[in-house]
Amino acid sequence: MKVKQISVFLENKNGRLAEVTRILSEGNISLRALTIADTADFGILRIISEQPDKTLELLKEHNLTARVTEVIGVRLGDKPGALHEVMEVFEKNKVNIEYLYSTLMVQDDQVVIMFKVEDIDYGLEIIKNNGMEAITAF
Amino acid sequence: MLIWNSKAECDNRDDRKVQQLYNLKKLVRHVYETIPFYKTKFDEVGVKPDDIQSMADIAKLPFTSKDELRETYPYGLLAVDEKEIVEIHTSSGTTGTPVLAAYTEADMDMWSEVTARCLCMAGGTPDDVVQNAYGYGMFTGGLGVHYGSHKLGCNTIPAASGNTKRQLLLMRDFKSTILTCTPSYSLYMAEVAREIGIDFKELSLKAGIFGAEPWSDNMRKEIEQKLNLKAFDIYGLTEIVGPGVSAECEAHNGLHVNEDHFYPEIINPDTGEVLPEGEKGELVFTTITREGTPIIRYRTRDITWLWHDECPCGRTTVKMHRLLGRTDDMMILRGVNIFPSQIENVLMRIEETEPHYQIVIDRGDSHLDEVELQVEVEPSFFTDETKSLERIKNKISAEIKQELGISMMIKLVEPKSIARSEGKAKRVMDKRKL
Repeated sequence: MKVKQISVFLENKNGRLAEVTRILSEGNISLRALTIADTADFGILRIISEQPDKTLELLKEHNLTARVTEVIGVRLGDKPGALHEVMEVFEKNKVNIEYLYSTLMVQDDQVVIMFKVEDIDYGLEIIKNNGMEAITAF
Repeated sequence: MLIWNSKAECDNRDDRKVQQLYNLKKLVRHVYETIPFYKTKFDEVGVKPDDIQSMADIAKLPFTSKDELRETYPYGLLAVDEKEIVEIHTSSGTTGTPVLAAYTEADMDMWSEVTARCLCMAGGTPDDVVQNAYGYGMFTGGLGVHYGSHKLGCNTIPAASGNTKRQLLLMRDFKSTILTCTPSYSLYMAEVAREIGIDFKELSLKAGIFGAEPWSDNMRKEIEQKLNLKAFDIYGLTEIVGPGVSAECEAHNGLHVNEDHFYPEIINPDTGEVLPEGEKGELVFTTITREGTPIIRYRTRDITWLWHDECPCGRTTVKMHRLLGRTDDMMILRGVNIFPSQIENVLMRIEETEPHYQIVIDRGDSHLDEVELQVEVEPSFFTDETKSLERIKNKISAEIKQELGISMMIKLVEPKSIARSEGKAKRVMDKRKL
């Protein structure tokens, strides 16, 4: 299943990130993952939350430039080599990964890694065919 | 298409010249005899009223600068008794002492006449509803257009600038057909309209008359497309009369100067030499029919050129090209002369950006001019990847380099983060200590 990630365009200036976290906090949004890709003058904040639609709406209401990007969340055992297993499968099947990051979830000795791949449907199929689990939502 | 005053606007050029010379001679004699400021200046260069025998002799007269207008404020250049004055305006200048424009009854008639002409040039008729979103008050923009609209017999909505949501509601409820405001404000209106769900295609606007700041052909296209109207340029300045000095007709090929009242010249801004028709330089005006505060050879600092052609509209008045900038707006960056309108032109070509921008000029440790161009990202082009945003940056940078010949640092900023102006847009922040 595809997971909705919210991406936000942020200028690199004081207080901009705090502004976002304030909006999310006031909106009672539970975060599951948060990562920033940055360049010299702007950054892209990527958020996984329990309420993606509400998150997007809140941010837009506050005049932030935000959009939904679909990503895959793969559940892995919390043990050495687990990530490598997925990477091998992706490599073998030529799934292009644009970026990945880990979430804040550790449960029953399992973690979730988020993947943004070029072709999401193909990526999901590969995960399924290799007996791995893609999460449906948080 | 209606021509407001075909006698004056479509006159034989030789006949007009005779009239211009008559008025010029009368004015020169009057200011020489009644205003000490002019007498002193004419005496300094040794010119007497009798030396004016042809329009070309105007070049013998000294220029008048904005600084001189400030120095003689408030009534130093008044050419009539104070009791003859029925209205005054001061310049919209944001710095220093203001500049006075005083109007007699006859001046008011003339002003209404020339602005009515401009409204007609944009296709205006007495059946139109003119929503006037120029600033009212001491600024001449609002009232000048207002008087012209009355003269023409239009339903006039004195909306003034600002309160953008109300502007849009007025437009919708009273079916405004002509909008008058600054070009940058019109684009801001388009933005607000989208936010509150008003579609310009459902409004009744047919024409927009935009002025008070330089704009580009690409900005015109953008305005026409976003506001669903025909955009016309209007030009004027408080020192001369206010709006109504010149305007575009439906040919959209230059602005017809109301030269029976405002005699234009183009000069080399460095030497003061009068340039032949068709050459680019600083625009200079002599208000040959003003009574209250007439001006001899006023240096506008505006850069343009003049020409005559056989305009399909039938008017024979001289044309000026839309402003290319101002001599004092011109930036010299690493030795290259740059007008903000050139940057605007580049941005308008790039669909991934909004036409809202700001230029920040600073001089870094290297003592070289560093120019940062802040550009708003068009929200629909925001993607999740840094590389696509970097691609937009590189595209802007390459186009700027090609168009202007200099490199600028491009900074993408969030949509709506650059301050919007409801009057003249402040495009350049020069932090250099020059």
